[in-house]
Amino acid sequence: MTATFIHPFTGFIEKTLVITEFELRKLRHDFTELVTRALQPALWLLIFGQVFSRSGMMHTGNIPYLDFIAPGILAQSVLFVAIFYGINVIWERDLGIVQKFLASPTPRAALVLGKGFSAGFRTLSQAAIVYGLSLLLGVKLNWSPLALLNVLIIVVLAATLFSTFSLIIACIVKTRERFMGVGQVLTMPLFFASNAIYPTDIMPGWLKTISHLNPLTYVVDALRTFMLAGSTSTFGLGFDYAIILLTTTILVIIGARLYPRLAT
Amino acid sequence: MGDVVLEIKNLTRRFGAFTAVDALTLSVNAGEVFGLLGSNGAGKTTTIKMLTTLLPPTSGEACVAGFSITTQAVGVRRAIGYVPQAVSVDGSLTGYENLLIFAKLYDLPHREQPARIKEALEFMNLTADAGRLVSEYSGGMVRRLEIAQSTLHRPKVLFLDEPTVGLDPIARDAVWKHLVDMRANYGTTLFFTTHYLEEAESHCDRIAIMHLGKVAALGTCQELEASLGTGHTLNDVFVHYAGSALDSGNNFRAVAAERATAERLG
Repeated sequence: MTATFIHPFTGFIEKTLVITEFELRKLRHDFTELVTRALQPALWLLIFGQVFSRSGMMHTGNIPYLDFIAPGILAQSVLFVAIFYGINVIWERDLGIVQKFLASPTPRAALVLGKGFSAGFRTLSQAAIVYGLSLLLGVKLNWSPLALLNVLIIVVLAATLFSTFSLIIACIVKTRERFMGVGQVLTMPLFFASNAIYPTDIMPGWLKTISHLNPLTYVVDALRTFMLAGSTSTFGLGFDYAIILLTTTILVIIGARLYPRLAT
Repeated sequence: MGDVVLEIKNLTRRFGAFTAVDALTLSVNAGEVFGLLGSNGAGKTTTIKMLTTLLPPTSGEACVAGFSITTQAVGVRRAIGYVPQAVSVDGSLTGYENLLIFAKLYDLPHREQPARIKEALEFMNLTADAGRLVSEYSGGMVRRLEIAQSTLHRPKVLFLDEPTVGLDPIARDAVWKHLVDMRANYGTTLFFTTHYLEEAESHCDRIAIMHLGKVAALGTCQELEASLGTGHTLNDVFVHYAGSALDSGNNFRAVAAERATAERLG
């Protein structure tokens, strides 16, 4: 053993990236996951989006309805992929992998954030799919490199946020059956109590309040602003970013506290 | 035989009203091969989990390689290797990748990593299969890879929880040959639990038989056999000290996990 001194913060970032790297290497060996995930956003945009767009029931200001929901569907598919990410750590716990990582000197927060980032990079494929479908449907997208970069960052951060939330649930329930139940119960309320497929203006007061406490609302707002040509943010992009980053940080701290429970 | 590398004092762990480990006191010397025996539910795995910092003790203390498990957990983690009973390498990565990630997590100097991994693969006789996915490995290969992974950083103490469960006799012998070589080459202390008495007999310097969370007997195999008078086997010793246990044993989940491990490895 060499007694090398590693600065805690550099060490933390380095270890986080090591975890992310190896989670992504696993993906290289199995691509089917990416393909099957493409189906859900396609259904929402091509069927739900088209039908509601024709009905003219949704009033989305000067943006066509299909344009309005395209970023919402991207946020939704990020949420749906990320919210079930925790099942992986339950699987790794049933093997002995979690225990072995916890017995290593890796900071717990790096284990949690590293997994979160990897979920983030995994969901980038969803962005590619939603952009492809949007092109097909004639959505007016903003192609400026800066806007695209921001979309990628928001997608990675949002997936990190919700996958860390998922990991926290996994640490609490510990079994696959209970996890799937809780996951199902959470996704739809998070999705419907947000501005993903309708504006918050048309919501009843109580739902509007809930939607303002839902991080997904700020993810959608930021994505909508960056993805669409000539769209303006409802809450302000700085505020969106602040909410997303703050929520992620809090969740990573909670996750790091709870993660050792998986070893017991 | 040199310095004490593992010092356990009154280590206790309760789960509700149940006392899994009851004021355990024990010390292990550097370079020793120490076997912890006992029937299911005797507290072996709980003991290992506390010593590897995975489970905080209810009371008591232990020092591993000079670090306290309660106040210097990170120091303990740097000084030990751990091979859990269940499969702990990742089937969706190659053998090489499984070693590389641990080389990085244990801060092995960047330039030394390739040589250290190469050496570990050669030592465990896995060089030819390093580029294959671990999901294609046999049970014996998986165990050898796990041991390679847990010893890349040359730990002072290697904890193994039932290292040969579910392996056929040939694979079991291969695993032990590597463990014994490792102690000879690096002076690694081996602390392991097992159900197989013949393994304890042929490889351990000393054993402890745990019963209901306490050490019921401690010494070399010969000493324990002699303690019952002449002509006794280790099996007689085990029955004498741990035999009165009802099969309070494992819960459903533990049994399911154990069988699944055996199946995956076998």
